[in-house]
Amino acid sequence: MALLALAPLVVILGYLLAGGLPAISWEFLTQGPSNMMRSGGIFPALVGTFLLVVGSSLVAVPLGVAGGLYLSEYAGPGVFTRLIRLAVLNLAGVPSVVYGLFGLGFFVVLLKMGVSVLAGSLTLGLLVLPIVIAATEEAARNVPDSHRHASLALGATRWATVWNVILPGARPGILTGTILAVSRVAGETAPIMFTAAAFFLPRLPGSPFDPVMALPYHLYVLSTEVARADPKIRLGTALVLVGLILLSNLVAIVLRARMRAKQGGGGV
Amino acid sequence: MKPALVGTAAREESARIRTDDLSVWYGRIEAICHVTMDFGANQVTALIGPSGCGKSTFLRALNRMNEVLPGVRTQGRVLIDGRDIYAPGTDPVAIRSQVGMVFQRPNPFPFSVFDNVAYGPRRHGVSGKGELYAIVERSLREAFLWDEVADRLRSPALNLSGGQQQRLCIARALAVRPEVLLMDEPASALDPVATGRIEDLLFELKRSYTIIVVTHNMQQAARISERTGFFLHGELVECEATADIFTRPKDPRTEAYITGRFG
Repeated sequence: MALLALAPLVVILGYLLAGGLPAISWEFLTQGPSNMMRSGGIFPALVGTFLLVVGSSLVAVPLGVAGGLYLSEYAGPGVFTRLIRLAVLNLAGVPSVVYGLFGLGFFVVLLKMGVSVLAGSLTLGLLVLPIVIAATEEAARNVPDSHRHASLALGATRWATVWNVILPGARPGILTGTILAVSRVAGETAPIMFTAAAFFLPRLPGSPFDPVMALPYHLYVLSTEVARADPKIRLGTALVLVGLILLSNLVAIVLRARMRAKQGGGGV
Repeated sequence: MKPALVGTAAREESARIRTDDLSVWYGRIEAICHVTMDFGANQVTALIGPSGCGKSTFLRALNRMNEVLPGVRTQGRVLIDGRDIYAPGTDPVAIRSQVGMVFQRPNPFPFSVFDNVAYGPRRHGVSGKGELYAIVERSLREAFLWDEVADRLRSPALNLSGGQQQRLCIARALAVRPEVLLMDEPASALDPVATGRIEDLLFELKRSYTIIVVTHNMQQAARISERTGFFLHGELVECEATADIFTRPKDPRTEAYITGRFG
Protein backbone atom coordinates (compact mmCIF):
# COMPACT_ATOMS: atom_id res chain seq x y z
CA MET A 1 0.00 0.00 0.00
CA ALA A 2 2.78 2.38 0.93
CA LEU A 3 4.48 1.62 -2.35
CA LEU A 4 1.25 2.30 -4.18
CA ALA A 5 0.96 5.68 -2.48
CA LEU A 6 4.54 6.45 -3.39
CA ALA A 7 4.14 5.42 -7.02
CA PRO A 8 2.58 8.65 -8.39
CA LEU A 9 5.32 10.74 -6.79
CA VAL A 10 8.02 8.50 -8.23
CA VAL A 11 6.43 8.55 -11.69
CA ILE A 12 6.00 12.33 -11.71
CA LEU A 13 9.48 12.99 -10.40
CA GLY A 14 10.95 10.48 -12.82
CA TYR A 15 9.16 12.11 -15.72
CA LEU A 16 10.29 15.58 -14.67
CA LEU A 17 13.85 14.48 -14.04
CA ALA A 18 14.16 12.66 -17.33
CA GLY A 19 12.72 15.54 -19.34
CA GLY A 20 13.80 18.52 -17.30
CA LEU A 21 17.22 17.75 -15.90
CA PRO A 22 19.00 18.30 -19.24
CA ALA A 23 17.59 21.84 -19.32
CA ILE A 24 18.91 22.79 -15.91
CA SER A 25 22.15 24.67 -15.86
CA TRP A 26 23.62 27.69 -14.14
CA GLU A 27 22.48 29.83 -17.06
CA PHE A 28 18.94 28.40 -16.84
CA LEU A 29 18.71 29.49 -13.21
CA THR A 30 20.40 32.87 -13.55
CA GLN A 31 19.20 34.27 -16.88
CA GLY A 32 15.93 35.54 -18.20
CA PRO A 33 13.92 33.98 -21.01
CA SER A 34 14.95 34.88 -24.54
CA ASN A 35 13.71 34.41 -28.09
CA MET A 36 10.03 34.76 -27.14
CA MET A 37 10.54 32.36 -24.21
CA ARG A 38 11.64 29.59 -26.54
CA SER A 39 15.09 29.60 -24.95
CA GLY A 40 16.94 31.15 -22.03
CA GLY A 41 16.31 30.76 -18.32
CA ILE A 42 13.81 31.31 -15.54
CA PHE A 43 15.64 33.72 -13.25
CA PRO A 44 12.93 36.43 -13.09
CA ALA A 45 10.27 33.83 -12.34
CA LEU A 46 12.43 32.33 -9.62
CA VAL A 47 12.92 35.74 -8.00
CA GLY A 48 9.23 36.55 -8.37
CA THR A 49 8.14 33.35 -6.68
CA PHE A 50 10.63 34.03 -3.88
CA LEU A 51 9.23 37.56 -3.38
CA LEU A 52 5.64 36.29 -3.36
CA VAL A 53 6.50 33.58 -0.82
CA VAL A 54 8.23 36.06 1.48
CA GLY A 55 5.51 38.68 1.02
CA SER A 56 2.63 36.31 1.68
CA SER A 57 4.44 34.93 4.75
CA LEU A 58 4.75 38.44 6.11
CA VAL A 59 0.98 38.76 5.75
CA ALA A 60 -0.13 35.31 6.88
CA VAL A 61 2.27 34.38 9.68
CA PRO A 62 1.76 37.26 12.15
CA LEU A 63 -2.01 37.37 11.55
CA GLY A 64 -2.42 33.61 11.49
CA VAL A 65 -0.36 32.92 14.61
CA ALA A 66 -2.16 35.68 16.51
CA GLY A 67 -5.53 34.36 15.33
CA GLY A 68 -4.71 30.75 16.20
CA LEU A 69 -3.47 31.71 19.67
CA TYR A 70 -6.60 33.79 20.21
CA LEU A 71 -8.86 30.88 19.30
CA SER A 72 -6.94 28.44 21.46
CA GLU A 73 -6.12 30.57 24.51
CA TYR A 74 -8.55 33.45 24.77
CA ALA A 75 -11.77 32.75 22.88
CA GLY A 76 -14.56 31.51 25.10
CA PRO A 77 -16.88 28.68 24.15
CA GLY A 78 -19.64 30.99 22.84
CA VAL A 79 -21.47 31.39 19.53
CA PHE A 80 -19.04 34.06 18.34
CA THR A 81 -16.08 31.69 18.65
CA ARG A 82 -17.96 28.99 16.78
CA LEU A 83 -18.70 31.47 14.01
CA ILE A 84 -15.04 32.43 13.71
CA ARG A 85 -14.00 28.80 13.58
CA LEU A 86 -16.64 28.07 10.94
CA ALA A 87 -15.43 31.03 8.90
CA VAL A 88 -11.83 29.84 9.06
CA LEU A 89 -12.86 26.37 8.00
CA ASN A 90 -14.85 27.71 5.06
CA LEU A 91 -12.09 30.08 3.98
CA ALA A 92 -9.77 27.11 3.77
CA GLY A 93 -12.22 25.48 1.39
CA VAL A 94 -12.65 28.41 -1.00
CA PRO A 95 -11.12 27.60 -4.43
CA SER A 96 -7.93 29.50 -5.11
CA VAL A 97 -9.28 31.09 -8.28
CA VAL A 98 -11.91 32.81 -6.14
CA TYR A 99 -9.11 34.30 -4.05
CA GLY A 100 -7.58 35.46 -7.30
CA LEU A 101 -10.76 37.19 -8.36
CA PHE A 102 -11.20 38.71 -4.93
CA GLY A 103 -7.62 39.98 -5.02
CA LEU A 104 -8.26 41.49 -8.44
CA GLY A 105 -11.43 43.22 -7.34
CA PHE A 106 -10.26 44.36 -3.91
CA PHE A 107 -6.50 44.91 -3.90
CA VAL A 108 -5.77 45.54 -7.57
CA VAL A 109 -8.79 47.63 -8.54
CA LEU A 110 -10.47 49.00 -5.44
CA LEU A 111 -7.31 49.74 -3.43
CA LYS A 112 -5.53 50.72 -6.66
CA MET A 113 -2.47 48.58 -6.01
CA GLY A 114 -2.40 47.44 -9.61
CA VAL A 115 -1.07 44.06 -10.67
CA SER A 116 1.84 43.96 -8.26
CA VAL A 117 3.95 41.98 -5.82
CA LEU A 118 2.02 43.67 -3.04
CA ALA A 119 -1.44 42.72 -4.32
CA GLY A 120 -0.25 39.17 -5.04
CA SER A 121 1.33 38.80 -1.59
CA LEU A 122 -1.82 40.00 0.12
CA THR A 123 -3.98 37.66 -1.96
CA LEU A 124 -1.74 34.66 -1.35
CA GLY A 125 -1.45 35.65 2.33
CA LEU A 126 -5.23 35.52 2.66
CA LEU A 127 -5.26 32.18 0.86
CA VAL A 128 -2.96 30.51 3.40
CA LEU A 129 -4.18 32.44 6.43
CA PRO A 130 -6.74 29.75 7.39
CA ILE A 131 -4.05 27.08 7.19
CA VAL A 132 -1.72 29.03 9.48
CA ILE A 133 -4.57 29.75 11.92
CA ALA A 134 -5.62 26.11 12.03
CA ALA A 135 -2.03 24.88 12.43
CA THR A 136 -1.37 27.38 15.23
CA GLU A 137 -4.59 26.60 17.06
CA GLU A 138 -3.97 22.87 16.93
CA ALA A 139 -0.34 23.22 17.98
CA ALA A 140 -1.34 25.48 20.91
CA ARG A 141 -4.05 23.05 21.98
CA ASN A 142 -1.49 20.28 22.02
CA VAL A 143 0.50 22.10 24.69
CA PRO A 144 -0.61 20.26 27.85
CA ASP A 145 -2.77 22.11 30.37
CA SER A 146 -0.27 21.14 33.04
CA HIS A 147 2.16 23.62 31.48
CA ARG A 148 -0.42 26.41 31.54
CA HIS A 149 -1.24 25.65 35.15
CA ALA A 150 2.43 25.47 36.14
CA SER A 151 3.04 28.88 34.63
CA LEU A 152 -0.04 30.50 36.18
CA ALA A 153 0.76 28.97 39.57
CA LEU A 154 4.17 30.62 39.42
CA GLY A 155 2.48 34.00 39.30
CA ALA A 156 2.80 34.50 35.54
CA THR A 157 0.04 36.46 33.82
CA ARG A 158 -2.05 34.86 31.14
CA TRP A 159 -0.27 36.78 28.41
CA ALA A 160 3.15 35.86 29.85
CA THR A 161 2.02 32.24 29.82
CA VAL A 162 0.96 32.42 26.18
CA TRP A 163 4.17 34.15 25.14
CA ASN A 164 6.66 32.13 27.18
CA VAL A 165 5.10 28.68 27.41
CA ILE A 166 2.37 28.17 24.82
CA LEU A 167 4.15 29.79 21.88
CA PRO A 168 7.49 27.97 22.40
CA GLY A 169 5.64 24.70 22.95
CA ALA A 170 3.58 25.19 19.83
CA ARG A 171 6.46 26.45 17.71
CA PRO A 172 7.34 23.13 16.00
CA GLY A 173 3.72 22.66 14.96
CA ILE A 174 3.32 26.27 13.85
CA LEU A 175 6.52 26.15 11.85
CA THR A 176 5.63 22.92 10.10
CA GLY A 177 2.15 24.14 9.26
CA THR A 178 3.47 27.46 8.05
CA ILE A 179 6.16 26.02 5.82
CA LEU A 180 3.67 23.58 4.29
CA ALA A 181 1.28 26.50 3.72
CA VAL A 182 4.02 28.62 2.20
CA SER A 183 5.13 25.85 -0.13
CA ARG A 184 1.55 25.81 -1.34
CA VAL A 185 1.90 29.52 -2.09
CA ALA A 186 4.91 28.78 -4.25
CA GLY A 187 2.86 26.51 -6.46
CA GLU A 188 -0.38 28.48 -6.75
CA THR A 189 -1.23 29.88 -10.16
CA ALA A 190 -4.80 31.10 -10.08
CA PRO A 191 -4.49 33.69 -7.26
CA ILE A 192 -1.53 35.45 -8.88
CA MET A 193 -2.78 35.30 -12.44
CA PHE A 194 -4.82 38.48 -12.04
CA THR A 195 -3.02 40.06 -9.10
CA ALA A 196 0.75 39.78 -9.46
CA ALA A 197 2.02 37.79 -12.39
CA ALA A 198 3.30 39.17 -15.64
CA PHE A 199 3.47 37.30 -18.91
CA PHE A 200 7.00 38.41 -19.57
CA LEU A 201 9.23 41.00 -17.95
CA PRO A 202 12.70 41.91 -19.08
CA ARG A 203 13.57 43.41 -15.70
CA LEU A 204 13.17 42.43 -12.06
CA PRO A 205 10.58 44.40 -10.08
CA GLY A 206 11.91 47.62 -8.62
CA SER A 207 9.19 48.15 -6.00
CA PRO A 208 6.29 46.26 -4.38
CA PHE A 209 4.00 47.99 -6.86
CA ASP A 210 5.61 46.28 -9.86
CA PRO A 211 4.34 43.01 -11.31
CA VAL A 212 6.60 39.96 -11.32
CA MET A 213 7.06 36.75 -13.19
CA ALA A 214 6.44 33.62 -11.12
CA LEU A 215 7.28 29.98 -11.68
CA PRO A 216 3.79 28.47 -11.79
CA TYR A 217 2.39 31.17 -14.04
CA HIS A 218 5.46 31.01 -16.25
CA LEU A 219 4.88 27.28 -16.58
CA TYR A 220 1.28 27.91 -17.49
CA VAL A 221 2.32 30.44 -20.11
CA LEU A 222 4.98 28.15 -21.55
CA SER A 223 2.44 25.34 -21.82
CA THR A 224 -0.42 27.27 -23.36
CA GLU A 225 0.70 30.48 -24.98
CA VAL A 226 4.10 29.88 -26.49
CA ALA A 227 4.00 28.18 -29.85
CA ARG A 228 6.66 25.54 -30.49
CA ALA A 229 8.13 25.92 -27.02
CA ASP A 230 11.02 23.67 -26.13
CA PRO A 231 9.58 20.90 -23.89
CA LYS A 232 12.94 20.74 -22.16
CA ILE A 233 12.46 24.26 -20.80
CA ARG A 234 8.91 23.49 -19.74
CA LEU A 235 9.90 20.35 -17.86
CA GLY A 236 12.96 22.09 -16.44
CA THR A 237 10.74 24.85 -15.03
CA ALA A 238 8.37 22.31 -13.56
CA LEU A 239 11.29 20.43 -12.05
CA VAL A 240 12.62 23.56 -10.34
CA LEU A 241 9.16 24.38 -8.96
CA VAL A 242 8.54 20.87 -7.63
CA GLY A 243 12.10 20.71 -6.33
CA LEU A 244 11.61 23.96 -4.38
CA ILE A 245 8.41 22.68 -2.81
CA LEU A 246 9.92 19.34 -1.86
CA LEU A 247 12.94 21.15 -0.42
CA SER A 248 10.81 23.42 1.78
CA ASN A 249 8.81 20.41 3.00
CA LEU A 250 12.08 18.70 3.84
CA VAL A 251 13.21 21.79 5.76
CA ALA A 252 9.92 21.69 7.70
CA ILE A 253 10.48 18.07 8.71
CA VAL A 254 14.10 18.62 9.73
CA LEU A 255 13.29 21.77 11.72
CA ARG A 256 10.49 20.04 13.59
CA ALA A 257 12.69 17.08 14.45
CA ARG A 258 15.46 19.35 15.70
CA MET A 259 13.11 21.44 17.83
CA ARG A 260 11.61 18.34 19.37
CA ALA A 261 15.05 16.97 20.19
CA LYS A 262 15.90 20.25 21.89
CA GLN A 263 12.82 20.06 24.10
CA GLY A 264 13.91 16.61 25.24
CA GLY A 265 11.95 13.70 26.65
CA GLY A 266 10.23 13.00 23.35
CA GLY A 267 8.93 16.56 23.10
CA VAL A 268 5.41 17.88 23.14
CA MET B 1 -23.37 18.45 60.13
CA LYS B 2 -21.65 21.67 61.08
CA PRO B 3 -17.97 21.70 60.23
CA ALA B 4 -15.75 21.25 63.21
CA LEU B 5 -14.32 24.50 64.43
CA VAL B 6 -10.75 23.70 65.13
CA GLY B 7 -7.80 25.13 66.98
CA THR B 8 -7.54 27.14 70.13
CA ALA B 9 -7.71 30.89 70.25
CA ALA B 10 -3.94 31.02 70.58
CA ARG B 11 -3.57 28.91 67.46
CA GLU B 12 -5.84 31.22 65.48
CA GLU B 13 -3.69 34.16 66.53
CA SER B 14 -0.60 32.60 65.01
CA ALA B 15 -2.39 31.15 61.99
CA ARG B 16 -0.66 31.98 58.76
CA ILE B 17 -3.61 31.03 56.62
CA ARG B 18 -7.18 30.85 57.67
CA THR B 19 -10.17 29.88 55.61
CA ASP B 20 -13.42 31.35 56.76
CA ASP B 21 -16.63 29.63 55.69
CA LEU B 22 -15.07 28.69 52.34
CA SER B 23 -17.30 27.04 49.75
CA VAL B 24 -16.47 26.10 46.17
CA TRP B 25 -18.93 25.14 43.45
CA TYR B 26 -18.37 23.36 40.13
CA GLY B 27 -21.39 24.68 38.29
CA ARG B 28 -24.23 23.70 40.62
CA ILE B 29 -22.32 21.06 42.54
CA GLU B 30 -20.92 22.20 45.85
CA ALA B 31 -17.46 20.61 46.03
CA ILE B 32 -16.39 22.35 49.25
CA CYS B 33 -18.97 23.21 51.91
CA HIS B 34 -18.33 25.93 54.47
CA VAL B 35 -14.82 24.98 55.49
CA THR B 36 -13.22 26.98 58.27
CA MET B 37 -9.67 25.95 58.97
CA ASP B 38 -6.33 27.32 60.20
CA PHE B 39 -2.82 26.63 59.02
CA GLY B 40 0.09 27.48 61.29
CA ALA B 41 3.27 29.08 60.05
CA ASN B 42 6.27 26.82 59.45
CA GLN B 43 4.20 23.71 59.81
CA VAL B 44 3.29 20.90 57.49
CA THR B 45 -0.46 20.37 57.40
CA ALA B 46 -1.72 17.26 55.64
CA LEU B 47 -5.14 17.07 54.01
CA ILE B 48 -6.44 13.52 53.77
CA GLY B 49 -9.66 11.94 52.59
CA PRO B 50 -11.02 9.59 49.95
CA SER B 51 -10.87 10.43 46.24
CA GLY B 52 -13.36 13.12 45.27
CA CYS B 53 -13.68 14.47 48.81
CA GLY B 54 -12.65 17.92 47.63
CA LYS B 55 -9.20 18.16 49.21
CA SER B 56 -7.50 19.14 45.95
CA THR B 57 -10.24 21.67 45.18
CA PHE B 58 -9.75 23.12 48.64
CA LEU B 59 -6.00 23.36 48.05
CA ARG B 60 -6.49 25.18 44.76
CA ALA B 61 -8.79 27.64 46.48
CA LEU B 62 -5.82 28.76 48.57
CA ASN B 63 -3.97 30.30 45.60
CA ARG B 64 -7.00 31.00 43.42
CA MET B 65 -6.03 28.33 40.91
CA ASN B 66 -9.63 27.14 40.71
CA GLU B 67 -10.32 30.23 38.63
CA VAL B 68 -8.23 28.75 35.86
CA LEU B 69 -10.84 26.02 35.41
CA PRO B 70 -14.15 26.93 33.76
CA GLY B 71 -17.33 27.18 35.79
CA VAL B 72 -15.82 27.28 39.28
CA ARG B 73 -17.28 29.65 41.88
CA THR B 74 -15.81 30.42 45.28
CA GLN B 75 -17.51 31.88 48.36
CA GLY B 76 -16.19 32.82 51.76
CA ARG B 77 -12.79 34.14 52.67
CA VAL B 78 -9.21 32.94 52.60
CA LEU B 79 -7.06 35.07 54.88
CA ILE B 80 -3.31 35.05 54.49
CA ASP B 81 -1.71 37.03 57.30
CA GLY B 82 -5.14 38.53 57.87
CA ARG B 83 -5.65 39.68 54.28
CA ASP B 84 -8.49 38.17 52.23
CA ILE B 85 -7.13 36.93 48.91
CA TYR B 86 -10.66 36.98 47.47
CA ALA B 87 -11.24 40.61 48.39
CA PRO B 88 -12.37 42.68 45.39
CA GLY B 89 -9.44 44.20 43.54
CA THR B 90 -7.00 41.53 44.63
CA ASP B 91 -4.84 40.32 41.76
CA PRO B 92 -4.71 36.50 41.61
CA VAL B 93 -1.35 36.78 39.85
CA ALA B 94 0.15 38.47 42.90
CA ILE B 95 -1.41 35.89 45.21
CA ARG B 96 0.17 33.05 43.25
CA SER B 97 3.67 34.37 43.67
CA GLN B 98 3.03 34.51 47.41
CA VAL B 99 1.47 31.03 47.53
CA GLY B 100 3.40 28.52 45.42
CA MET B 101 2.05 25.23 44.14
CA VAL B 102 3.45 21.81 43.24
CA PHE B 103 1.23 19.53 41.21
CA GLN B 104 0.47 15.84 41.37
CA ARG B 105 2.34 14.93 38.22
CA PRO B 106 5.75 16.51 37.64
CA ASN B 107 5.12 19.19 35.01
CA PRO B 108 8.44 20.77 34.05
CA PHE B 109 8.35 22.98 30.98
CA PRO B 110 10.05 21.58 27.88
CA PHE B 111 12.96 23.93 28.56
CA SER B 112 16.37 23.42 30.13
CA VAL B 113 16.74 22.76 33.86
CA PHE B 114 18.01 26.31 34.32
CA ASP B 115 15.18 27.94 32.36
CA ASN B 116 12.59 25.98 34.33
CA VAL B 117 13.82 27.29 37.67
CA ALA B 118 14.44 30.78 36.28
CA TYR B 119 10.93 30.94 34.79
CA GLY B 120 9.19 32.49 37.79
CA PRO B 121 11.90 35.03 38.67
CA ARG B 122 12.10 36.10 35.02
CA ARG B 123 8.35 36.74 34.92
CA HIS B 124 8.76 38.87 38.01
CA GLY B 125 11.39 41.03 36.44
CA VAL B 126 14.72 39.45 37.42
CA SER B 127 16.96 39.60 34.37
CA GLY B 128 20.57 39.89 35.59
CA LYS B 129 22.54 36.77 34.69
CA GLY B 130 24.39 36.57 37.98
CA GLU B 131 21.27 37.20 40.02
CA LEU B 132 19.30 34.56 38.12
CA TYR B 133 22.09 32.04 38.50
CA ALA B 134 22.20 32.68 42.24
CA ILE B 135 18.44 32.16 42.54
CA VAL B 136 18.57 28.98 40.45
CA GLU B 137 21.42 27.52 42.49
CA ARG B 138 19.82 28.38 45.81
CA SER B 139 16.43 26.97 44.77
CA LEU B 140 17.95 23.75 43.44
CA ARG B 141 19.95 23.34 46.64
CA GLU B 142 16.81 23.89 48.69
CA ALA B 143 15.11 21.15 46.68
CA PHE B 144 18.06 18.76 47.20
CA LEU B 145 18.59 18.63 43.47
CA TRP B 146 21.68 20.77 42.93
CA ASP B 147 24.25 17.99 43.26
CA GLU B 148 22.45 15.90 40.65
CA VAL B 149 21.97 18.57 38.00
CA ALA B 150 24.74 21.12 38.60
CA ASP B 151 26.64 19.86 35.54
CA ARG B 152 23.62 19.76 33.24
CA LEU B 153 21.71 22.96 33.89
CA ARG B 154 21.50 23.48 30.14
CA SER B 155 20.09 20.07 29.27
CA PRO B 156 16.34 19.51 28.82
CA ALA B 157 14.40 19.11 32.07
CA LEU B 158 12.31 16.37 30.49
CA ASN B 159 15.41 14.15 30.37
CA LEU B 160 15.50 13.99 34.19
CA SER B 161 13.92 11.08 36.07
CA GLY B 162 10.39 11.44 37.45
CA GLY B 163 11.60 12.05 41.00
CA GLN B 164 14.14 14.60 39.82
CA GLN B 165 11.48 16.32 37.72
CA GLN B 166 9.23 16.66 40.77
CA ARG B 167 12.06 18.12 42.85
CA LEU B 168 12.76 20.45 39.93
CA CYS B 169 9.12 21.58 40.07
CA ILE B 170 9.57 22.23 43.79
CA ALA B 171 12.72 24.23 43.09
CA ARG B 172 10.84 26.13 40.40
CA ALA B 173 8.12 27.03 42.91
CA LEU B 174 10.70 28.01 45.56
CA ALA B 175 12.51 30.30 43.11
CA VAL B 176 9.59 32.75 43.31
CA ARG B 177 10.19 32.99 47.09
CA PRO B 178 6.65 32.10 48.16
CA GLU B 179 5.67 32.13 51.79
CA VAL B 180 3.30 29.22 51.48
CA LEU B 181 3.78 26.03 49.48
CA LEU B 182 0.77 24.00 48.37
CA MET B 183 1.44 20.44 47.28
CA ASP B 184 -1.18 18.27 45.60
CA GLU B 185 -0.17 14.64 46.15
CA PRO B 186 3.40 15.54 45.18
CA ALA B 187 4.70 11.99 45.48
CA SER B 188 1.81 9.95 44.12
CA ALA B 189 3.40 9.53 40.71
CA LEU B 190 6.81 8.58 42.14
CA ASP B 191 8.51 5.39 43.28
CA PRO B 192 9.20 4.78 47.02
CA VAL B 193 12.79 6.03 46.89
CA ALA B 194 11.83 9.26 45.16
CA THR B 195 8.89 9.60 47.55
CA GLY B 196 11.27 9.29 50.51
CA ARG B 197 13.40 12.09 49.13
CA ILE B 198 10.38 14.37 48.74
CA GLU B 199 9.34 13.65 52.33
CA ASP B 200 12.86 14.42 53.63
CA LEU B 201 12.71 17.59 51.63
CA LEU B 202 9.42 18.67 53.24
CA PHE B 203 11.01 18.24 56.62
CA GLU B 204 13.72 20.75 55.69
CA LEU B 205 11.44 23.15 53.83
CA LYS B 206 9.06 23.75 56.71
CA ARG B 207 11.81 25.72 58.46
CA SER B 208 11.26 28.45 55.88
CA TYR B 209 7.82 27.79 54.45
CA THR B 210 4.28 27.07 55.53
CA ILE B 211 3.38 23.84 53.78
CA ILE B 212 0.03 22.27 52.98
CA VAL B 213 0.11 18.80 51.45
CA VAL B 214 -2.78 16.85 49.97
CA THR B 215 -2.16 13.14 50.20
CA HIS B 216 -4.19 9.97 49.89
CA ASN B 217 -1.50 8.09 51.72
CA MET B 218 -2.19 8.09 55.46
CA GLN B 219 1.24 6.74 56.42
CA GLN B 220 2.70 9.66 54.53
CA ALA B 221 0.45 12.13 56.34
CA ALA B 222 1.53 10.59 59.64
CA ARG B 223 5.23 10.81 58.72
CA ILE B 224 5.40 14.34 57.41
CA SER B 225 2.79 16.51 59.06
CA GLU B 226 2.20 18.26 62.39
CA ARG B 227 -1.49 18.65 61.75
CA THR B 228 -3.95 16.70 59.65
CA GLY B 229 -7.34 17.65 58.30
CA PHE B 230 -9.79 14.94 57.22
CA PHE B 231 -12.15 15.80 54.35
CA LEU B 232 -15.27 13.88 53.39
CA HIS B 233 -17.84 14.88 50.76
CA GLY B 234 -16.53 18.44 50.67
CA GLU B 235 -16.67 18.94 54.41
CA LEU B 236 -13.83 19.24 56.86
CA VAL B 237 -14.71 16.49 59.32
CA GLU B 238 -11.95 17.26 61.76
CA CYS B 239 -8.55 18.85 61.96
CA GLU B 240 -6.22 18.00 64.81
CA ALA B 241 -2.59 17.41 65.65
CA THR B 242 -1.50 14.52 63.44
CA ALA B 243 -0.57 12.35 66.41
CA ASP B 244 -4.08 12.77 67.80
CA ILE B 245 -6.02 12.21 64.64
CA PHE B 246 -4.37 8.87 64.01
CA THR B 247 -4.65 7.63 67.60
CA ARG B 248 -7.73 9.30 69.06
CA PRO B 249 -9.98 10.51 66.26
CA LYS B 250 -12.99 12.37 67.61
CA ASP B 251 -15.37 11.75 64.76
CA PRO B 252 -16.51 8.20 63.98
CA ARG B 253 -16.17 8.93 60.25
CA THR B 254 -12.50 9.80 60.71
CA GLU B 255 -11.97 6.61 62.61
CA ALA B 256 -13.75 4.60 59.92
CA TYR B 257 -11.51 6.14 57.27
CA ILE B 258 -8.17 5.76 58.99
CA THR B 259 -8.92 2.21 60.06
CA GLY B 260 -9.59 1.43 56.42
CA ARG B 261 -13.30 0.81 56.41
CA PHE B 262 -13.73 2.96 53.28
CA GLY B 263 -11.78 5.11 50.89
